[in-house]
Amino acid sequence: MDNPETQVNIENPNNKSNSLWISLKGQLKKFLSSHNIGDFIFERLTLLFAVLVFLLVILMGYEMYVGSKISIDKFGWSFLTNSVWDPVQEIYGALPIIYGTIVSSFLALVISVPLSIGIAIFLSEVSPDWLEKPLSFLVELLAGIPSVVYGLWGIFVLVPWIRTDVEPFLSEHLGFLPFFRGAPYGFGMLAAVLILAIMILPIVSSISRDILRSVPQSQREAALALGATRWQSTKIVLKDAKSGILGATMLGLGRAVGETMAVTMVIGNRAVISPSLFDPSYTMASVIANEFTEATSEMYLSALIQLALVLFVLTIIINAMAKLLVWSMERKLGTR
Amino acid sequence: MDIKISVKNLEAFYGKNKVLKNISIDIPRNKVVAIIGPSGCGKSTFLRCLNRMHEVVGGTITGSILVDGEDLTKTDPVLIRKRLGMVFQKPNPFPTMSIFNNVAAGLRFNGVRNKKILAPIVEKSLKQAALWDEVKDNLEDSGVNISGGQQQRLCIARTLAVDPEVILMDEPASALDPISTSKIEELIFELKKNYTIVIVTHNMQQAARVSDFTAFFYMGELIEYDKTTKIFTNPSNKKTEEYVTGRFG
Amino acid sequence: MNSSKFFHVKRKIISAVMMSLSLVATLIAVIPLVLIFYYTISKGITYLNIDFFVAMPKPVGESGGGMANAIVGTLMLIGIGGAIGIPVGVMSGTYLSEFGNNKFGATVRFLTDVLSGIPSIVVGVVAYTLVVVPMKHFSAFAGGIALGILMIPTITRTTEEMIKLVPHSIREAGLALGIPKWKTTILIVLKTAWKGIATGILLGLSRAAGETAPLLFTALGNRFWSTNVMQPMASLTVYIYDYAKSPFEDWNNQAWTAALVLIIMISMLSLLFRIITRSKFKTK
Repeated sequence: MDNPETQVNIENPNNKSNSLWISLKGQLKKFLSSHNIGDFIFERLTLLFAVLVFLLVILMGYEMYVGSKISIDKFGWSFLTNSVWDPVQEIYGALPIIYGTIVSSFLALVISVPLSIGIAIFLSEVSPDWLEKPLSFLVELLAGIPSVVYGLWGIFVLVPWIRTDVEPFLSEHLGFLPFFRGAPYGFGMLAAVLILAIMILPIVSSISRDILRSVPQSQREAALALGATRWQSTKIVLKDAKSGILGATMLGLGRAVGETMAVTMVIGNRAVISPSLFDPSYTMASVIANEFTEATSEMYLSALIQLALVLFVLTIIINAMAKLLVWSMERKLGTR
Repeated sequence: MDIKISVKNLEAFYGKNKVLKNISIDIPRNKVVAIIGPSGCGKSTFLRCLNRMHEVVGGTITGSILVDGEDLTKTDPVLIRKRLGMVFQKPNPFPTMSIFNNVAAGLRFNGVRNKKILAPIVEKSLKQAALWDEVKDNLEDSGVNISGGQQQRLCIARTLAVDPEVILMDEPASALDPISTSKIEELIFELKKNYTIVIVTHNMQQAARVSDFTAFFYMGELIEYDKTTKIFTNPSNKKTEEYVTGRFG
Repeated sequence: MNSSKFFHVKRKIISAVMMSLSLVATLIAVIPLVLIFYYTISKGITYLNIDFFVAMPKPVGESGGGMANAIVGTLMLIGIGGAIGIPVGVMSGTYLSEFGNNKFGATVRFLTDVLSGIPSIVVGVVAYTLVVVPMKHFSAFAGGIALGILMIPTITRTTEEMIKLVPHSIREAGLALGIPKWKTTILIVLKTAWKGIATGILLGLSRAAGETAPLLFTALGNRFWSTNVMQPMASLTVYIYDYAKSPFEDWNNQAWTAALVLIIMISMLSLLFRIITRSKFKTK
């Protein structure tokens, strides 16, 4: 059936009387002689799976919308602005949870992004080849550790250290600031921020490194040939890569916002808004992880699914922005 | 003859790979020296050694390179590159900078920030590069929104702005159209009044047109170095003759 | 002249300082890595014995026991995930590279990027509403679907990239022989690219093995031996989570051992991944 010539045999002279059949047959023949039937099936088959991926994303949004319908109908936009999350009273306002998500992710970025840019600069601009490979491998190992193992380490190593050393130190020296007040529990926003910062470090640094490498070598040479120092030429490269690095930061933000297990295990899980980093907090992902199996009422479950929907939309927006930023850099530099 | 650059027993390596073998050559002041040879003969590497840009791509050298008697291999590369500017094969303006800032970039690296000092230098450099009339009204436009030929002249202006003594050109016209190429060649003719120029080219007509002296490299060796007219009319080496008459390469 | 010399020294120093700072940043990143590995290995190894692999979990209060059910459970869950994620990923990746130079291809490419950025817990919620709710009970099948969805973007994108790496001349050689495109793609292009694709698949599987969030309310967990995909199933990651939160020291210690075993499992997958990529470059 693969070869167009074999298709000629299909022709059957006995059917000449039926003009409709002839015209259909003629069209089929024409189609088959210009298309290969195997190719036709192969393309449609792979297309089917591509469509499946397409539908999957839409289905995900749809499923969560349906699943959270009763909560959306009851609370509307107040779901996002109300600051009381009380399953007993069946009142669901996600503001403290959204606050916890934003603050923990933002502070993690504040710690992680400068470090990541430093790593990217070292790996792409400074390090000799023999050192670059093992170091890249180590940073990527960090990305391969499962989230729950970070959480385990967080509970038994990081949190006790924060409780006995970091928080007493901070409250003694910076206690005049509202961010460093309160009882040193260990479990709380500070622990979540630190663990998130470690967890997004590999992705932000490895993408930034790739971004810096994608800046054409001729840019560095142009700077160096003018008598620039290494740092001055690196500044030129960083300037070229600005939007790409911003894109890497956005990807890190997307990761931080959706990070679940490690955060759930160390953040203390309480839906309150407090300026102090010592206090427990909550993130969207950790609420879902923590309360989903306990959700006994339909409304409770619906509210949790709505939280997942908000998280879904938020990460799509963040990732789309990241993609656009990287694209805009590639267009400007004419790479790719 | 007044010698600007004197190279003695230069050997260059990439890793264990020897790409230049025992090169000794004297480059006279305010003349144009063309380096020709088939691709892979080491001519670009030689040019890069002259301002230590070979280090950027991981090369090492032995031997000595004297500029006005001072040994380059023992000086800070950052200072050397200010004195020996380089123009690359493909125009490489900084895409994030305006035309003005592109020209001023080298001065800024050296700490000159005052726009009152920068402006006249930028203007002079652009005039020297024969670009001023075309861009004087658009100095704040991006350095990449002009034609390829203009970009290359912008890169030349950028090199001139730091006031180098020598200009090294690595096939500066190979990515350009014929009209832009002839403009660059005219420019080289003008520039040699004030600068010593070393130009690598794969285009023999270009070498014949613009240079006073020509060096022929083959397989990492300097085969012949003489007045350009001699190289192209009556070379003493058989390999050179075969190359300039187009029998190989 | 003097001031320019001063400036030159200043910028040399700044350059050296900034470049050293970049080294410091890299070293700082290595510290948590070392710490996590140190604790996982030193704490995990104390409870590591044959029992851990062959015995079942003991009830509260009894010491000892193992996680045989969770090890098998994790393997089965990534098996189910792979059964879903691998065909979808490879086929859609093939589509993108062979026929995807159009608007629809660009859309799918964008959506796979979007999918890779969606938090795994959200995928878990979707698997819950899609499978657990209609079936009315938790099941390994639901967990496997969640893991499968999570694998799709990795496998799709590596398949696409790997097929695109196959030189066009190889493809043309096939087509010029009169071999139809589909046969050329399957017999020549995919055959050339399979090692790259396999590494993508292994990467997807090893990431899935470390997932916890999407299993919490799909496969749930199971204290008993079960290989029935329609029933709740144990997994190492959910055990680590439950045991880490528990107040019993015995369980806490076993969580470390489970973490060690999990990391060893994942490393073995990525070791396989490295062996495959290495031999790929040798043959070239």
